[in-house]
Parts: sequence; structure tokens; C-alpha cells
Amino acid sequence: MSVPLSEATAPAASAGPGRGARLLRLLSDPMGALGILLVLAVVFGAIFADVLTQYSPTKLAPRDRFLPPDAAHLLGTDQLGRDLFTRVLHGARIALGVALVAASASFAGGLILGMIAGYGPRWLDSLLLLLFDALRSFPTVMLALALVTLAGPSLSAVVLVVVLATLPGYARVVRAQTMSLKGAEFVLAARALGAPARRILPVHIMPNIIGPLLILASMDIPVVITIEAGMSFLGLGVRPPTPSWGSILNDGFSFIRESPWPAIAGGLPIVIATLGFTFLGETLRDQFDPRLRKDA
Amino acid sequence: MAAGDVLTVESLSVDFRTAAGRLHALRDVSLSVPRGEIVGIVGESGCGKSTLINAVIGLLAANAEVVAGKIPFNGVDLLAMRPDEFRRLRGDRITAIFQDPMTALNPVFSIGTQMTEIQYRSGLSARAKRNRAVEFLDKVKIPDPERRLRQYPHQFSGGMRQRICIAMALLAEPDLLIADEPTTALDATLEVQVIRLLKNLQREVGCSILFISHHLGVIAELCDRVAIMYAGEVAERGTVRDIFHDARHPYSQKLLQCDPGRIAVATRNLPTIPGELPNLVHVPQGCIFRPRCPERFERCVERPEPHPLSRDHLAACHKAEELAPA
Amino acid sequence: MLAYAVKRTGLAVVITAVALVMLISVIQFIPGDPAAVLLGPLATPELRESFRVEMGLDQPTIVQIARFFGRVVTGDLGTDVLTHRPVALTVLEQMPFTLALIAAGIGWAALLGIPLGCFAAVRRGSLADRVIAVLSVSMIAVPSFVVAIYSLLFFSVKLGWFPTIGAGEPGDRIDQLHHLVLPSLAVGLGWVGYLARMVRASMLEVLTENHIRMARAFGLRERTITFRYALKLAVIPTVVLLGIGVGHMISGAVFAEIVFARPGVGRLIYDAVITRNYPVVIGGVMITTAFYVLCTLVADLVAAWLDPRVRSAL
Repeated sequence: MSVPLSEATAPAASAGPGRGARLLRLLSDPMGALGILLVLAVVFGAIFADVLTQYSPTKLAPRDRFLPPDAAHLLGTDQLGRDLFTRVLHGARIALGVALVAASASFAGGLILGMIAGYGPRWLDSLLLLLFDALRSFPTVMLALALVTLAGPSLSAVVLVVVLATLPGYARVVRAQTMSLKGAEFVLAARALGAPARRILPVHIMPNIIGPLLILASMDIPVVITIEAGMSFLGLGVRPPTPSWGSILNDGFSFIRESPWPAIAGGLPIVIATLGFTFLGETLRDQFDPRLRKDA
Repeated sequence: MAAGDVLTVESLSVDFRTAAGRLHALRDVSLSVPRGEIVGIVGESGCGKSTLINAVIGLLAANAEVVAGKIPFNGVDLLAMRPDEFRRLRGDRITAIFQDPMTALNPVFSIGTQMTEIQYRSGLSARAKRNRAVEFLDKVKIPDPERRLRQYPHQFSGGMRQRICIAMALLAEPDLLIADEPTTALDATLEVQVIRLLKNLQREVGCSILFISHHLGVIAELCDRVAIMYAGEVAERGTVRDIFHDARHPYSQKLLQCDPGRIAVATRNLPTIPGELPNLVHVPQGCIFRPRCPERFERCVERPEPHPLSRDHLAACHKAEELAPA
Repeated sequence: MLAYAVKRTGLAVVITAVALVMLISVIQFIPGDPAAVLLGPLATPELRESFRVEMGLDQPTIVQIARFFGRVVTGDLGTDVLTHRPVALTVLEQMPFTLALIAAGIGWAALLGIPLGCFAAVRRGSLADRVIAVLSVSMIAVPSFVVAIYSLLFFSVKLGWFPTIGAGEPGDRIDQLHHLVLPSLAVGLGWVGYLARMVRASMLEVLTENHIRMARAFGLRERTITFRYALKLAVIPTVVLLGIGVGHMISGAVFAEIVFARPGVGRLIYDAVITRNYPVVIGGVMITTAFYVLCTLVADLVAAWLDPRVRSAL
């Protein structure tokens, strides 16, 4: 296939010399810069929720219900007079908390099971693959509805749903990478020296696959946030009066004719967080491992 | 340029704008294709033959820039044409076949559809177009052409696909057919078939062919004239007899020496030309072949003009007169 | 092709079966007594006991699974606790509404996504391309329920252009379409983004292929090359993607049905969760899951059929 000379001269997206240089490259991409900005805003809000406003997220003030945004209430108040901005900031803690815990659990589980599937005997691989495919055939919301019917709504139910929904994705990637590394020279060498699987996997294989996996994980965070918010919106997650973005949105929805502000306030942080993490994740992937692009 | 030329390349220079700087891919390239003749272009990879072809057919990449030169086709400069005018010539007066037959045809359309599609300008009825397609499939010796029209490219072998491409290229009975290494991807027996086919069809249709290859044997069999390119310049050009029996440029001579098909005495080590291709971003002063030339002398720091040895035979070397063929 | 179709269908059936088994088994591993959870704190112990027997919760897991399977295969998905009608019937009654929503969602995705992707590919590197890229990513990122509520707020409550509630008058197609616009947009918007990206990438890849170069060398019009030669080839991988998209759209449909108060399977299951109507939940989840598997199967088969190379090779 003849490739015109010009096509072959595009600069390759190489690994980059150092972390400073990488960060700079990230920032030079407008989407990356915006992503970092939004993510920092969310993280900042979550960490400093208590000090950024003087209100309590749960204290009732019925006389102040449905106030529009002003200097005192940046996002207005909800149907019980609670300051929406404060509730949103506290909701960030839940969103990020769930994201961290659930994503880590899913990541770890997917890593282990994927390596087992990729490295172990064929029958185990087939079985695990079947289980993963079966799990993936449940639309996420259906999974949530089924689980909550049986276990009741709670934060742990949310984490469980997230893990069940996202683990197969990690496991598949890990499995594929493990299988391709299985035949690599250094693995064969280790086996020839008598190393058992339980040593080869963590020592030889895992370090090689963890890089792309972390990038995948960063791209999964908006999905986790969405699941948590969605479940809370449906009343399947955190119980009131704990402020989750989803439950704020739900309140807003219930009272949408009274005032648009609670709905707007509930949706806004979700939009900011999902956009921010997605922009960041996409840019990270493009910079560090363009091979992961499913579409390019 | 002689009046009987269907295509002339006059002092064509093409640069590419790259991240590493301006790449001078073609520098002052001139050659001519007389009407009804087959002209071969020989050269190693990177000599610029693909760029030349792309310039002639008007499909240069976006970062390419024609810095000088003209390409009169039937008298009209292709480079001065508007893109849509040029497009009208393509597939009608100028057609092309390329190197890799396996990917040259669209996999999701039958070859019948593709062969009639390219006739969209002809004004013929659908039936007439199909008949023409069948006629030319027959000429390129595809058996049972009526039925085959309905089949898809993957149902044909590589050799057959290349013949289909030839049929497509000659359908329009063009003035000029450009063949960009059409046999490089085929094995030796297929190559012979395709070359023979091209030769016969060219006589029948009466078009000129611009044939690119790095296979000297094929060039010798097929072409009337030859141009030898090196690193973006034409080192030597002339009739096939001139080049193969009276090569005057040291590069041409070396090329002929290195051709495995011409080596008379069996040896273990094939001869090679020492050195590497020059950097075309920072083109060195003087003759481009100087670093690798066994005949270089002081005057070679001055870039040699194509030196006419006879009416049709030119060699870009200061020593052209003296150097007898090896 | 036939062999592939049979194999692929067999796989789909096995996966569905495994999924159902997983669903049923989950009941066993939940801490606490499902009967207590499902019937609420006011139920008497006798009621719980009879519920347990009725649901077969007192039997060992294997037996439960086997019994359940036997019933499913004959189409019996249990009885609605509240209305005492067969679950299968209840769910299937609501399917058309949800199907309409999903179909319209796919319609949006294809209608907006394919042209956007095509445009971005043809204008690669331009500002338009970059803007479309950011828009695509944004559409993928923002959850469908947020889109649903914001569009409800803006286009319905604020501007009054679209109705807020329901699926429209039965029999009145125009009214029904009117009611379908916003919910289906919420369901399909994410996939506008996915398709735009996929089509763009696919087109770019196809446009560099040799046969496109040949087509250009033959002087075919750029328009013909883009829309006929390149796009047809580029769209094939997107068909598979749409199959997977249906699963996401089912989730989106649940939210859309709740936000826009539309009838449908999602709403049915959600209401059943709230009213602790256990059989409807399980039955509904099973049917939607099976439907999803069916959609991916169909998408895979259609994609295989569209590419003549695959069609004859398989």
C-alpha cells in the first residue's frame, strides 16, 4: 500500500520525557485543561464543603423555601428551605466517595479475575467469560432495580451495582492483555525457572497491564458518578436527608413547577463532574495510550 | 516538448511541508510521454516516482506544494487547471492503476457496480455501460464476464483483481494510462501475464502508458522510453535502447549492474550501491548522487544539467560524454 | 453465514440462561429475609410464611432455580402480587411504549450522529471538527436523566413547546409523536455522541484506503465518494455499536418514562419496586435483559450480513 510521503511525517504521540512535560501537554489541550479545572472544582468543593458556606446541608428552614439564587444563597433553596449550594457541596463528598470506593473495588476485582481468566485453564476462562457476558447483558438500571428490590436501598447497594456493572469491563481488558503477555519471552523464562502462577501474575504480568488499566479507570469515574446519581434520583441509593446530587435532583423534579432552581441545582454538579472527568479521561487516554481508543 | 507528446513534465519541483522542515521531493524534473508510447520510470523507493505520479494525476497530499513547473497534457497545463476541470480529465482522458490490487476495489460493491459507476460521464444507458464492462473484462481475459460482474472483489484472486483494474482503466479509452508499480505485488508468473496483457491492450486502445517500476526486466520488455530517477531528480532518460545499452549516468550504470536479472556470472554477494539516500530537507550542493558516485570529481560540486547525448537521450552528469557503459 | 448465525444465536441463548440463573440465585445471597423485605414490616408471620411457600423461597437453591426455569420456558413468569394477572402479560403490554421510545432514540442517534460524524471526517482538523468532537464527548458524558429533566424544564415547563406528561392520545399519531420528542431525545442523545465519534473514525479510516484513492483517480465526484463509497463501508461497524446501545437506552428509557410520566416497562418495574411487587420486578428485568441480548444478536448478524466479505466467508 503506497502511502504518500506526507502522511508519514506526522509527529508520533510518544511517551514524553517526564511528568512535568506530560502535565504541560495535558494543559495545552483545551479539553484537558477544562477537564482538570472542572475536576479540581468538584474535588475542592467536596473537601472544603464545611468551610465554604455557613449553612448546614440538613437543617430545615421552612420559611425560606424556594428562594431564587442570590448573594446569600448561591443556588437558591429547596422545598425545605435548605441552601442548595451547601447541599451540592456535600453531595460532592458522596459522589467522590462512592466513585473512589466502588471504582477501586471494581478495578481490583476486575484485575484479579481478568488475570485468572487470561492465565488459567481454558475451562475457567470460558466459565468466567460466560459469567461476565451474562452480567453485562443486564441493563444497568435493571440491575439496580433488581438488587434494591431484594436488599433495600442504601449506599452499599449503589457500590454493589457499580461493581457488578463495571467489573466485567475491566476483567475483559485485563484478560486480553494477560493472554497476550502469557506468551511473552520474560514470562516463559520465569516459568522455565519454575515460578508458579501466583508469583508470575503479580510480579511479571500485573505491572505491565496496570498502566492502561488506570487510564481506563479514570474514564470510568463519570460512569460511576452517573450510576450513583441515577440510583439516588430513583430513591434507590442514599436515603434522605443525606444530600446526594441525585436526590437533590429528585426533589427538584418533584417540585419542578414550584421552582426550577432545585432541579437546576441538582443537575448542575452532575453535568460539571461528568464533563470534567470525561474530558480529563479522554485527554489522558489520547496522550498516554492512543491504542485504547475504541473509535480511532 | 515535441508536438506528438501527450504529456510533458516541464521542470517540475514539488515540496512537502513537514514537521521536520520543507522536504524537496522533486527538483526540476522533466520528461515527456509521446503519443502512443510506453514510458517507464525506474528508481528506488524514495526517488520521488510516487510524488511525480500524484502530481500528474492531481492527487498530491494536502501538505504538498508545487513550487515550479508545468505539466502540459495535450497542450494544456494540468497544474493551472481548476480542481473540477482536472477531475473531469481523470477517469476519462487520464486513468490510473495502482500497486496493491487486493485493496484497490471497494469491498462492499460488486465489480459490475464499480465498473459502471466510473462510466457516469459517458451518457450511455445502464445496459450499454454493462456491455462495455463485459467487453473489457473479456479483453483482460476474465472468463464468464457476465456472471462475474455481479460478484464482489473478494471473490477474485489478486491477479484477477489487477486485471479488473486494468479493464477499468482502459474502459474510457484514455489518452494516458498511469501504472504505478502494478506488478510489484504479484508473483513472477502473474507479472508476466499482466505485462503481456498491458502490451497488447495498449496497442489495441492506442493510449500512452506511464509505467512506474523498480523491476528493470519488466521495463525492458514493456517500455519504449525510460527515465531513471534518483532522490527527486531525473538522472537519465532516453529510449529503452539508449538506457539499457548505452547508459551514461553512473547511477544508471550501477543500477543495471545491480539488477539480479542481468548478472551473468553466479556470485554469492549481489552488488550494491554503497551509501544512503540523501536528506531531502537539506539538499546538498551540487550533484545529488555525488556522495555515492564512483566517478565523482571536482566539477561535481556544481549541479549538472541534463546533458543531451542525442535527440532523445539525456543524462544529468558532467561526465556523460566520456562514460561508456560498463 | 448460516453457521455463524446458528453459533451466535446459541451463544445468546446460553448467556440469557446464565443471566437468569444469576438473577434467581441472587435472592439466596441477600442478607435478611426477602419475605420481610418484600412484604414490609406490617406483614404477619403467617403471611410471610405463605409468601415464602408461594415463591418457593423455602426450597434449596437448586430446586428453586430449576422450578423457576421450568416455568420461564413455558412463559410463566409468575403472578403480579397486586393485580393477580400473569407477569408476562403485564410486562408485554407495556413493551410497545418502551420500544417506541428506544426506536425513536435510535432514530435521533442515527439522524444526528451519522451526519455529524461524516461531516467531521470530511472536514478533519477544522474548527468544526474540533467542536463536534467536544460536543460528542459532552453528549456521551452527561447522563440521560439530567438531559431529561433539563429539557423538561426548558422546553416543556418554561417554553411549553412540548407536553410534560404521558404518551399522548391513543390513536392520535401526531400527538403521540409530539409526546415522544423530548423523552426520546433524552434517551438517544448520548448515542448521538457515540455514533458521531464512531462514524468519524470509521470514515477517516475508510477514506485512507486504496480503493478510495482509486475512485478519486477515476474522477468520481467527491460527493459520490463520500456518501456512497466511503459511508456505506464506514457505517457497518456502527450497526454493532447500536446493538449495544440498546442496553444503555433501556436504562435511559426507565428515567425518561419516570420523568415524563410515560407508560412503559421501565416505569412498570420502578413502580413495582416501590410497591414491593417482587414477581413483576423479576419478570420485568428478565424480559428486558432477554430483549437486550436479542438486540445485540440481531445487530451482530446484520453487521455480518452487510459486509459481503463476512457474508460469504462465514
